[in-house]
Amino acid sequence: MSLEDLSAMELAGAVAAGKVGAVEAARHYLDVIQRRDGQVHAFNQVHPERALERAAAVDADRAAGRGLGPLAGVPVGVKDNIVTDFGLTTCSSRMLAPFHSPYRATVVDRLEQAGAVIVGKTNLDEFAMGSSTENSAFGPTRNPWDLQRVPGGSSGGSAAAVAAYEVPAALGSDTGGSIRQPAAFCGVVGFKPTYGRVSRFGLVAYGSSLDQIGPLARDVADAALLTRIIAGHDPRDSTSLDVPVEDYLADLEKPLEGLRIGLPREFYTQALDAEIAQTLRQAARTYESRGARLVEVRLPHSRIDVDAQGQLSSYAVACYYIVAMAEASSNLARYDGVHYGHRTPQEPQDIIDLYCRSRAEGFGPEVQRRVMLGTYTLSAGYYDAYYNKALKVRRLIKNDFDRAFEQADVLLCPVAPTTAFRLGEKTADPLTMYLEDIYTISVNLAGLPGLSLPAGLSKTSLPIGMQLIGPVCSEHRLLRAGRMYELASGVRRLRPEMAKKGGRP
Amino acid sequence: MIQTGDLVTALVGLEIHVELDTATKMFCRCLNRFGDPPNTHTCPVCIGMPGVLPVMNRRAVELAMKVGLALDCEAPAFTKWDRKGYYYPDLPKNYQISQYDLPLSIHGHLDVPLGDGQTKRVRILRAHLEEDAGKNIHEHPAHTAVDLNRAGVPLLEIVSQPDMNSVEEVAAYARAMQRLVRWLGASQANMQMGHMRFEPNINLHIRRGQQLFKTPIVEVKNLNSFRALETAVAFEIERQYEQWLEDNDYILEKLGKQNRGFDDQRGVTVFQREKEEAHDYRYFPDPDLAPVVVDDTWRDSVRASIGELPLARRRRYMQAYNLSFKEADALTQDAPTGNLLDEAVKLGADAKRCTNILLGKVAAVANERGCSIAEVGVTAAQLAELAKMVELGEITAGASTRIVARAIEVGGDPRVLAEQEGLLAVTDSTALERWVDQAITANPQAVAEVLSGGKKQKKAFGFLMGQVMKLSGGAAAPAQVQELFARKLGPLAR
Repeated sequence: MSLEDLSAMELAGAVAAGKVGAVEAARHYLDVIQRRDGQVHAFNQVHPERALERAAAVDADRAAGRGLGPLAGVPVGVKDNIVTDFGLTTCSSRMLAPFHSPYRATVVDRLEQAGAVIVGKTNLDEFAMGSSTENSAFGPTRNPWDLQRVPGGSSGGSAAAVAAYEVPAALGSDTGGSIRQPAAFCGVVGFKPTYGRVSRFGLVAYGSSLDQIGPLARDVADAALLTRIIAGHDPRDSTSLDVPVEDYLADLEKPLEGLRIGLPREFYTQALDAEIAQTLRQAARTYESRGARLVEVRLPHSRIDVDAQGQLSSYAVACYYIVAMAEASSNLARYDGVHYGHRTPQEPQDIIDLYCRSRAEGFGPEVQRRVMLGTYTLSAGYYDAYYNKALKVRRLIKNDFDRAFEQADVLLCPVAPTTAFRLGEKTADPLTMYLEDIYTISVNLAGLPGLSLPAGLSKTSLPIGMQLIGPVCSEHRLLRAGRMYELASGVRRLRPEMAKKGGRP
Repeated sequence: MIQTGDLVTALVGLEIHVELDTATKMFCRCLNRFGDPPNTHTCPVCIGMPGVLPVMNRRAVELAMKVGLALDCEAPAFTKWDRKGYYYPDLPKNYQISQYDLPLSIHGHLDVPLGDGQTKRVRILRAHLEEDAGKNIHEHPAHTAVDLNRAGVPLLEIVSQPDMNSVEEVAAYARAMQRLVRWLGASQANMQMGHMRFEPNINLHIRRGQQLFKTPIVEVKNLNSFRALETAVAFEIERQYEQWLEDNDYILEKLGKQNRGFDDQRGVTVFQREKEEAHDYRYFPDPDLAPVVVDDTWRDSVRASIGELPLARRRRYMQAYNLSFKEADALTQDAPTGNLLDEAVKLGADAKRCTNILLGKVAAVANERGCSIAEVGVTAAQLAELAKMVELGEITAGASTRIVARAIEVGGDPRVLAEQEGLLAVTDSTALERWVDQAITANPQAVAEVLSGGKKQKKAFGFLMGQVMKLSGGAAAPAQVQELFARKLGPLAR
């Protein structure tokens, strides 16, 4: 058994027991990153020196008999839109290419207090805007299952790093599906907790009312472990929930009794790829065979329409893009070339010219598109037609979920309409790219927790994900339900060919 | 000059920005302090680093509510924070956290004392809380520097209705507001430190015959002193009338609202080139902050902290203490001065005598120092003691002035000071009687005039009193001396 085979929890246990040194683990993974990341490009930066230093500190703690944290010596990747006070925080943008944050995110603090060893910052779509990680100023990340395909996005770097076994686990952020969709594309577990469950302090804001940090891991148990560590109230984030964090690991292996699995009728239509639909029906039957009851539920305002040309549309997508882009246009206003970040090297005519040039040079096309659309929808005369209406739709979407959860404990849904697509396949048509989020965004709009886990593999050996959605603060039950499937189906710790011993792409 | 037959009424509304006197900033824990080296009170939050989040300063909200409630405003149960978007180098996030459609305070009024003892009621439209911007410093020809010490300082914007009709009313309103926010401890309201800034809106209603003409509403931006405010308003009233006389199209219906700047040097307002497009601030609710829910308990506790307001206290002083309008007004310029008086009265002193001391020597020293009466440093105990000593005839009024001066200079118990200075009146009856007898013996003429009861009686008695004072070196207690003369020369000698 290789060190790589150990899950985060197993590795932490081995380090605590003295069977594996933290430095040994760090060296091993740094070596794996060096060997594999040239192809995958999951990382924007790797920090070997600091990682080894931190690992040595863990070993020293153990040697001195000091208590170790639950992630002692576990190498972890952190999405590059979560600020660290070491290295850079770039958001995969030219705008922040040279940016050193003077402070660190709350989640970074919590990881390190738990003994985790942060090895580097993972790639993303610029400012988390995208569904394929192709919108990175530093080049795309590739899917370890097929290097010609995208890893999904925007947390594509974190998902690919975990899938390629370059780290046992990583942090991502999810505004409209940015943890769950790449997790599905890369065959790993991705968890977006309830809005406010994890502090956003230090997460570079995209859509503030939707953003949430969560883990990407090889199995549900590791996702539960990481969530337990990063979750909890933070006085520095006024939107973080002041509700106690349950022990998500308690009874994790114990199947839930009398579980009611809801299947939203609106999600199982011709819009969904047939093979994915079949895999999800199989997953539902697996639950049924373990005593769960299947119920059909309705989410009318999240329904997906297909027109005569086969073009998909959805209220939720429209609502999401109005809310997210409006917030983004305001959140990204601070990147102006005045205080930090990219400033145009041209001699500006005046301050307006400085702003315009710096932003035009610093932001990529997708970011510019979203800032412009968001600026438009917030403009005088359009506010009520767009933003205000979107807030009303958002309320209706939330109400649908509330009603559905009267009948079901957990909803079983697709994550994305297809499996991982090819690089370049959707870059020409932003709208098609936006529809990647069609099954995930309602969860963000309603502030709910959503768990993405592998359901199986396609005929072409690409991972197919499934999504479990629960009511607000139902993390514990959701993770148990996910674990229940993992154990019943045996679909977990999927490992692409390139990540196997001696495996080469 | 107003032409014969024109009836011109000025309508002036005022926006007043008041920096609140909190220990820390509105949304972070940096110190709220003026005058320190640039960018020494800054942190990732107030300089708008990526990933930061604001956390509301509850104290600032309370101070803002306190001002609102003192202005008789409603404090709605639900208010929220909005982002006001505009690009400026002193605004690190390029949006300002403010309150748009649901401010903390709405629909109040301030009764403004005017010079003639009357009051003028000015309605308050709203008062909302926001964060201040930093400062651009243009000291270098090649570049602009930015100081963000002020960025994020809590700023209360109080918006009045256009209820003021003259420069005098505008000035009185602005000063009354300054007095109020100081009174409440909500702001130091120091003009030199930029704690208060004004933006008046001015237009004229001109009645000529049966017709009513309204000039465009002009907003004058960023006035930093009372003088600038008064000059700008006076200038605008004049200028708008002149312009209307010259140009009949200079009316509200055609031109709407306009902005003008103020040239401090020349004392004139200047036209500001219209922006190519109107400012669109793209307000929307700040998703980083929870709405502020004000429940009855919170509102009541803030209301209870307000206490007596200046005009109510002035009325009380006139009624309960029998002070004149001028005296009562002088003692209610700030809360601590009145508190000093009230405490001395509570210690058993006579209000009128305390007032005489406060408005006499103490006020003179305050005037010299340019501070308030309370800030001179006389304590309520000293004040009460002095007043009582005067009342009991233990010191003379003249001596009390000298003791106050000593008390201010070196501090301490007035009685001890009076003894040290030999200012304590002699009340020993043996000594007094000896001086009275000496005066009577040495001045038979005066005694005769007193006893005759004629026209010269009063003057003669004064002369005898003066002799005793002279013999005693000014230390004889006058009331007792008078008693002795009465006893020896009969009841006429009073």
